[in-house]
Amino acid sequence: MKRLEVKKLDFAYGRNQILFEFDFSLEESQIGCLLGPSGCGKTTALRAIAGFENPTKGEIILNGNKLNSSKIFVEPEKRQIGMVFQDIALFPHLSVKENIQFGIRSLSQNLRDKRSNELLDLVGMSEFKKKYPHEISGGQQQRVALARAMAPKPSLLLMDEPLSSLDEELREQLAREIRLILKQEKVSAILVTHDQNEAFAVGDHICVMHQGRVQQNDSAYNLYHHPLNRFVAEFIGEGTLLPGVVADEGTIATDLGEIKGNLPESCKHQDKVDILIRPENVILANDNENKVVITARYFRGSSYLYTLKTNSGAEILCFLSSSESLQIDQSIGVQLQIEKPVFFSRS
Amino acid sequence: MKNITISIWRPSIVGTALILSIPILTIAISVFEPTGENWQHLKDTVLKEYIVNSMLLTCGVGIGTLLIGVSTAWLTAMCSFPGKNLFVWLLLLPLAMPAYIVAYTYTGMFDFAGPLQTMVRDWTGWRYRDYYFPQIRSMGGAITMLSLVLYPYVYLLGRSTFMEQSVGVMEVSRTLDCGPWTVFYKVALPLARPAIVAGLSLALMETLADYGTVAFFGLGVFTTGIFRTWFGLGDYNSAAKLASLLLFFVFALIIMERVSRNKARYHNSSGKLTRFSEYRLKGLKAWGAFASCAIPVFLGFFLPAAQLFLWAMETWREMVDDRFFELARNSFLLGFGAALISVILALFLGYGKRIIPGKATIASIRMASIGYAIPGTVVAVGIIIPFAWIDGRIDTFMQSSFGISSGLIFSGTLIAVMFAYVVRFLAISLQTVESGLEKIKPSMDDAARSLGCRHRETLFKIHIPLLKSSTLTALMIVFVDVMKELPATLILRPFDFNTLAVRAFELASDERLADSSTAALTIVVVGLLPVIYLSKTISHSRLYQGNTKI
Repeated sequence: MKRLEVKKLDFAYGRNQILFEFDFSLEESQIGCLLGPSGCGKTTALRAIAGFENPTKGEIILNGNKLNSSKIFVEPEKRQIGMVFQDIALFPHLSVKENIQFGIRSLSQNLRDKRSNELLDLVGMSEFKKKYPHEISGGQQQRVALARAMAPKPSLLLMDEPLSSLDEELREQLAREIRLILKQEKVSAILVTHDQNEAFAVGDHICVMHQGRVQQNDSAYNLYHHPLNRFVAEFIGEGTLLPGVVADEGTIATDLGEIKGNLPESCKHQDKVDILIRPENVILANDNENKVVITARYFRGSSYLYTLKTNSGAEILCFLSSSESLQIDQSIGVQLQIEKPVFFSRS
Repeated sequence: MKNITISIWRPSIVGTALILSIPILTIAISVFEPTGENWQHLKDTVLKEYIVNSMLLTCGVGIGTLLIGVSTAWLTAMCSFPGKNLFVWLLLLPLAMPAYIVAYTYTGMFDFAGPLQTMVRDWTGWRYRDYYFPQIRSMGGAITMLSLVLYPYVYLLGRSTFMEQSVGVMEVSRTLDCGPWTVFYKVALPLARPAIVAGLSLALMETLADYGTVAFFGLGVFTTGIFRTWFGLGDYNSAAKLASLLLFFVFALIIMERVSRNKARYHNSSGKLTRFSEYRLKGLKAWGAFASCAIPVFLGFFLPAAQLFLWAMETWREMVDDRFFELARNSFLLGFGAALISVILALFLGYGKRIIPGKATIASIRMASIGYAIPGTVVAVGIIIPFAWIDGRIDTFMQSSFGISSGLIFSGTLIAVMFAYVVRFLAISLQTVESGLEKIKPSMDDAARSLGCRHRETLFKIHIPLLKSSTLTALMIVFVDVMKELPATLILRPFDFNTLAVRAFELASDERLADSSTAALTIVVVGLLPVIYLSKTISHSRLYQGNTKI
């Protein structure tokens, strides 16, 4: 049995539809991510699962129990779903320990103390248990919020952009820590984020969303190397789409020469396609006849990221070591090195 | 939280709002009732006087509060001169003075038999009618009294907008070579106008609501007219009709206030908190500014307070007796009871609006909080008519079924008095509680619910502890307002039940001004509490929103 199953969820505020047939599922002790730009509906999906929003259509099934239908609606306080909020939302009038114990107030004093000490240890906040939220840092507050949400041992833990209010440096470190903590407690969790690095660091699988629809639900590796559509290709990692034409069997002609790959049968001769070019696919080859012009250059520490323009005006990106500096407007030769090309037909 | 209906909350919110709007609905309906002989008589004789006098009074107080309020607001916000920091809060002190109490002291000081005229006669040997002296018991006198204690509304709202909204704009004007007067007329005043008009409408609502001052001066306006018709003619129907006419003027003011407040919101161009480089006033100008601020504070607070104090020194030995303590106890209990009920209702309505937003809730809360604009006289008449009717019904029923008379249950008891206070002052506590609630992020509610709290539990475990200071403020402000309240108490109080305000009014009406001073002074001292609190708020934050009505 799956821990969570969400089937064909629709959600609308009045006439403004936010979610279209949202499907999602999560196995026991797995961490899923909802990733997408702001306004893609990921937070709404999370809030519907938590019970703060009532979907117009579809089903949410937790541990085999239906949480909503036309007749029933399980209120959020009855769902046994824990939640960590973007603005942290610790109760300012309660100490760290009291915050963590808030969700287990029906347990005996003994059990409460035992559980809260366990969690304080787990998130490394034991020495701060008597402090109040305003006396600790943002990162520490978010750890306490995580402990508070995990205290009642929820069936599912939801995290709504938990790291977005923190500093950049702290964010990566805490993302890794959160994964360890969740795995140690064997929690099934969903993380909502707009930051792909955060999603890669925390999630077992990632569901990319755009304009209220699921685009691809897959591992980080597959999202990067085998994107299913243009949106995922452009949203995940860096890369651009280079136009080309299907020439012969298994070859595509582009401004930068021919690219070989296994084309599906549906591709016909002279079909127009776009090929995903990642910066690492582009190699400097000065003696090559395929020339491009440098239009922009960004310093990235160990390397420069160059924007290059082909003869027909298409743009591609390319990393080159920062020890070698090329000038804007300079013309250079490049070569494409692609094992399995990803392409989308243009219609 | 949308879409999730909470079965009990919505009907109880709508129900509460309906109960609280009984008085206004009663008055509004009375317009359609058939008119009697008395009404025709009123219309032919005094109605014109009431309307003209009420309008004269409103216009006069409007001009007075604008002159004092805007000039002091501008001077304390934009200029530096000796004593300026002190004046920022001293200028609020007249808020602690009910207009009717100021009227007693001025009458005592400036009447024919008062110390000033006596002194003039002693020095010059003139006698009655030998010289001209302005008559204090007159329209002009009433306008002066009310302006002296109501200008702080304009001052408060005006000053906060002068300070927060146009720093950048005004600095730009200065770089464009505009002098202070040009900046004031061309830039600052037009930008601050909505806020000033909002403050003005609050002051004018108080003017229309005033009974103590105009009754003491013997002026025929709406409020005194309602009293005369009610107690003199015993004609409830005509009193209600007069009240509905007054309500018409009040609604005009409510609309004026609402529109201006909305405009004021959009006029704040930037939230920049940079300090405006003040105009440094020197020499004659500095002393002019000093005098402009000192005179209202002196006339509106220190002079009447000193007179009260002198009188109290003379008379307290006779006046502070068991009777006085009973009055004080009555006033305190009523104030505390009404404050407690209003705050509980405010918490209930404010939290209800938070968990079930929607048109029905917002409309209900608007209805429930409209009482702040409705004169106490109107509220009282609107309460006693339906309450007396209900009492009559219950009595008839009890008589016919059990042969006993139930007497007065609602009307003529403290229930009616309390109800009037809650109707009139709920808006104040609601506003304070709501602004406190706005500071609690919605994710707090969600967090509590995801940790297994139902709505009611969330309110008690999270919101009420977090709202401690807002609720205390609300309690204090309502408490003080009830202490000062006069007309509704006069109409609704049970037989032989007195409060400090009523006693002070009765003694003053009997020309025992000095004897009224202990009760009056007690009211003023208690009234200072919220003023001190408010002065702390405005000196602590430059961004004081000026939304709190006192």
